[in-house]
Amino acid sequence: MIPAPFSYFAPDTLEEALSLLGEYGESAKILAGGQSLLPLMAFRLVRPEVLVDLGGIEALSRYELAGGRLTIGSMVTHRTIELDHRITSRCDMLREALDVLGHVAIRNVGTVGGSLAHADPAGEWLAVALALDGRIMVTGPRGNRDVAADGFATGWMTSCLSPDEIVTGVRLDMPGPGTGSAFEEVARRHGDFAVVGVAARVSVEGEAVTGARIALAGAASTPIRAHRAEALLTGTTLSGPDLDAACEAAASETDPVADLHGSVEYKRRLARVLTRRAVSRAYRRASAPA
Amino acid sequence: MTRDLHSIVLNVNGDEVTVRVEARQTLAGMLRDQLGLTGTNLGCEHGVCGACTVLLGGRTARSCTLLAVQANGRSVTTVEGLAADGDPLHPVQQAFADHHALQCGFCTPGFLLTTIEYLDEEPEADPDSIRERLSANLCRCTGYHNIVAAVKDLLERRTGR
Ligand SMILES: Cc1cc2nc3c(=O)[nH]c(=O)nc-3n(C[C@H](O)[C@H](O)[C@H](O)COP(=O)(O)OP(=O)(O)OC[C@H]3O[C@@H](n4cnc5c(N)ncnc54)[C@H](O)[C@@H]3O)c2cc1C
Ligand code: FES
Ligand code: FES
Repeated sequence: MIPAPFSYFAPDTLEEALSLLGEYGESAKILAGGQSLLPLMAFRLVRPEVLVDLGGIEALSRYELAGGRLTIGSMVTHRTIELDHRITSRCDMLREALDVLGHVAIRNVGTVGGSLAHADPAGEWLAVALALDGRIMVTGPRGNRDVAADGFATGWMTSCLSPDEIVTGVRLDMPGPGTGSAFEEVARRHGDFAVVGVAARVSVEGEAVTGARIALAGAASTPIRAHRAEALLTGTTLSGPDLDAACEAAASETDPVADLHGSVEYKRRLARVLTRRAVSRAYRRASAPA
Repeated sequence: MTRDLHSIVLNVNGDEVTVRVEARQTLAGMLRDQLGLTGTNLGCEHGVCGACTVLLGGRTARSCTLLAVQANGRSVTTVEGLAADGDPLHPVQQAFADHHALQCGFCTPGFLLTTIEYLDEEPEADPDSIRERLSANLCRCTGYHNIVAAVKDLLERRTGR
């Protein structure tokens, strides 16, 4: 298997990359790690005439943890974040999500920006970004814009990006004191995309939940937030009936598609069970003395 | 479309090589067809099976889902780089041989490089993490048990447990 022929450009700067995208329009595709794009091209499901490789643009490979906020350049690999203990010790959700994202060999090459732009409904990064109030940074011929992670994906593997725009990075709010987080997923085999995954972030004061974020991967045509479940949890102490109601709400907010990994009913059930696990663990972590 | 050719320079198994490649040539294709390094096997060709795993800058990568041009300026280690012809085997190769961790051998180069990265990154790893790490590679012959035994042995010798 080999991709159809294409012309390859490896610009050193974002400006050059933008001008190449401007010049070649819809016939061009951005290449990041290639871990999603190259398989699609090998199967000839995608046949771009031009590839613009962002690998040479140094500014996109930086990341920074400052003031409770993590800013990740789009070309930073999954593995780079996974191996930075300053980050993973601050955010259990990220640590747990990265641990199940593909395999090490995929995480060594695949990028954060590539995952976000690819907008796979079962991808971990977009779910994590939803749960951490993420903002996706985009640049294009009309300047820079910041897009809330909630709303970035507009449909199955599609985002609000236009073909001449580049994701430059993502900004995530790290859980602070009194906030706990967790990621749970079920996949058919280790390293596979999630059948369903749940990212939860819970803030607690005393014993009461003061705020919650619940994001589900694989549960609809895009990653989604379970807004009703979040609202139901807020103000509770996560008693049995309150947790039941929230998990039930999360499951009813999903709109899964039946495929060879499971029926609609099975995926809803996963959403309910995994929400319970992720929320309970996040709550416990939030309540644990720092 | 005319062929889009690029001249790339990379270090392969310690030697600097300059190769002219088509943009669409994968790293695996270049290694096998242009450099004659056919130890890197191609199975699924879409990133799933791990047969084509090489080390890129010391870290595992699937050479089927990487363009050769993406490896420009980088160093690549393939199974041929582990031990020269006639030299003793690399300790990881020897452990696989000792434990009968291969049958047809198709998956073996990928498993060897996955193991080398694992031992390198986590010299004190808990043996429980072996199976998880090796789940990146598929084997149709051995049932994995002997591969896990080989890696466990290497780990135990390393940590003196
Ligand atoms: C065996 C295997 C298992 C995997 N398992 C998982 C998994 O469990 N979870 C998961 O989330 N992913 C998984 N992946 C995918 C992997 O995470 C990819 O790395 C990721 O989805 C895409 O990142 P990339 O850097 O490889 O992007 P590429 O493949 O290079 O690009 C993906 C798409 O995004 C576009 N794009 C890339 N970067 C940008 C940018 N900066 N701006 C705008 N558009 C851009 C490209 O044009 C392309 O359409 C798996 C892949 C494989 C091969
Ligand atoms: S041939 Fe590359 S992963 Fe299967
Ligand atoms: S030994 Fe035959 S595939 Fe592993």
